[in-house]
Amino acid sequence: MRRRAKIHINPKHILIGSVILCISLIIVSFRFGEQFAPVKSAVGTVVSPMQKGINTVGSFISDKLDTLANINELLEENEKLKEQVHILSYENKLLLQDKYELDGLRKLYELDQKFLDYPKVAARVISKDTNNWYNVFTIDKGTRDGLKVNMNVLAGNGLAGIITEVYYNYSVVRSIIDDNSNVSGMFLKTSDTCIVRGDLKLMDEGKIRVELISKDAVIEDNYEVVTSHISPNFLQGILIGYVSDIKLDSSNMTKTAYLTPVVDFERLEEVLIITELKEPLLKEPLID
Amino acid sequence: MKRFIVYTLSIVICFVLQSAMFHYIALANVMPNLLLILVVSFAYMRGRITGLFLGFFSGILVDIIFGNVIGLYALLYLLIGYFIGFTNRFYSNDDYTLPIIFVAVSDFIYGFFYYIFEFLLRGRLDFLFYLRRFIFPEIIYTVTVSVFLYKLLHMINNRLNARENEEA
Repeated sequence: MRRRAKIHINPKHILIGSVILCISLIIVSFRFGEQFAPVKSAVGTVVSPMQKGINTVGSFISDKLDTLANINELLEENEKLKEQVHILSYENKLLLQDKYELDGLRKLYELDQKFLDYPKVAARVISKDTNNWYNVFTIDKGTRDGLKVNMNVLAGNGLAGIITEVYYNYSVVRSIIDDNSNVSGMFLKTSDTCIVRGDLKLMDEGKIRVELISKDAVIEDNYEVVTSHISPNFLQGILIGYVSDIKLDSSNMTKTAYLTPVVDFERLEEVLIITELKEPLLKEPLID
Repeated sequence: MKRFIVYTLSIVICFVLQSAMFHYIALANVMPNLLLILVVSFAYMRGRITGLFLGFFSGILVDIIFGNVIGLYALLYLLIGYFIGFTNRFYSNDDYTLPIIFVAVSDFIYGFFYYIFEFLLRGRLDFLFYLRRFIFPEIIYTVTVSVFLYKLLHMINNRLNARENEEA
């Protein structure tokens, strides 16, 4: 800096130059967003191993703290079992859905509905947006592991989010509690559709908003909401959460409710990604 | 050159800490803004140009990894760095309170503009809620961290200065 100061450029000129540079970058990335993907990918490939490393260090330390109370082996076993419980309870949910379907809903549909056991891969959450305003996180799998944009991300037995960007060894996931997130949902018992929208204001209460429920829908508190058949990006029948506080809107046309997600977003460490994309339904309304 | 390496390293370390340690250091869902502390501290200690460049590079790193639009954070950090750089004329070697006040002020400005760009423009009007829930807790947390981080950065800066004086 000392040597550079001798050249003596007016700081004002540097300021003006770099502000212009930033503004043109903003405009360019608005117009040609995809052009920046290689740059993002390159930087991410350098940074994400570091994040992963630090994460491992952090996990290591917190694991060690836990062992003060528990025996190491039990802890490991517990973790494995928990993972299994998550997978099993997810599968159980699917079976339950099949049961509901057999019990009565099948008559409502001309077509047979299948809740397939989708192929999944597990990934670790390695970083979160540095900002407090968003709920976007990064996982340690990418194109190398066969992930694609719009794949659904589960945690435990519920929907956690959707992949929005994929790079070589990491991808970015937008969680369903993010302020920008919209998921088309459906009440499992009555098949009424609704829109599940993330809302920053409700995040503290651990809830998200459910909108556009038909006013004729016969629903009660604690009904399950799953991803609907009309969603273009989310596979059908993934549990989102349970509704509460159902209210009629002032328009008298639709109902609004709150939803408690089954996923604990405060403590999201491991997620499962369904490596199957929903086939595009081009004539459907595009709500994701 | 040594200074350049130190700057690069500290940007990367702050960024990685901030983004990857969230599980262990977040309180009430709020993270301290380490990059902002870095930018403000060096701008205060070294002046406008350093603040501007550090702000630009930290912002561009955040943009590239997380942003949808490249350049927005860079612009915000850069302007904060530049304007805090004006306070360099009040710089005194053993004043540890002034930089912390600057950190608080710039974190408020950062939060405020962030709200305008990303929330107000999407029609989220309840500014008081966001102020209470996000901006203030972030300021408090950031200020607390900056008490320690500033001392560390100050030490690094003094050491760099000493070495450069020897060379000259």
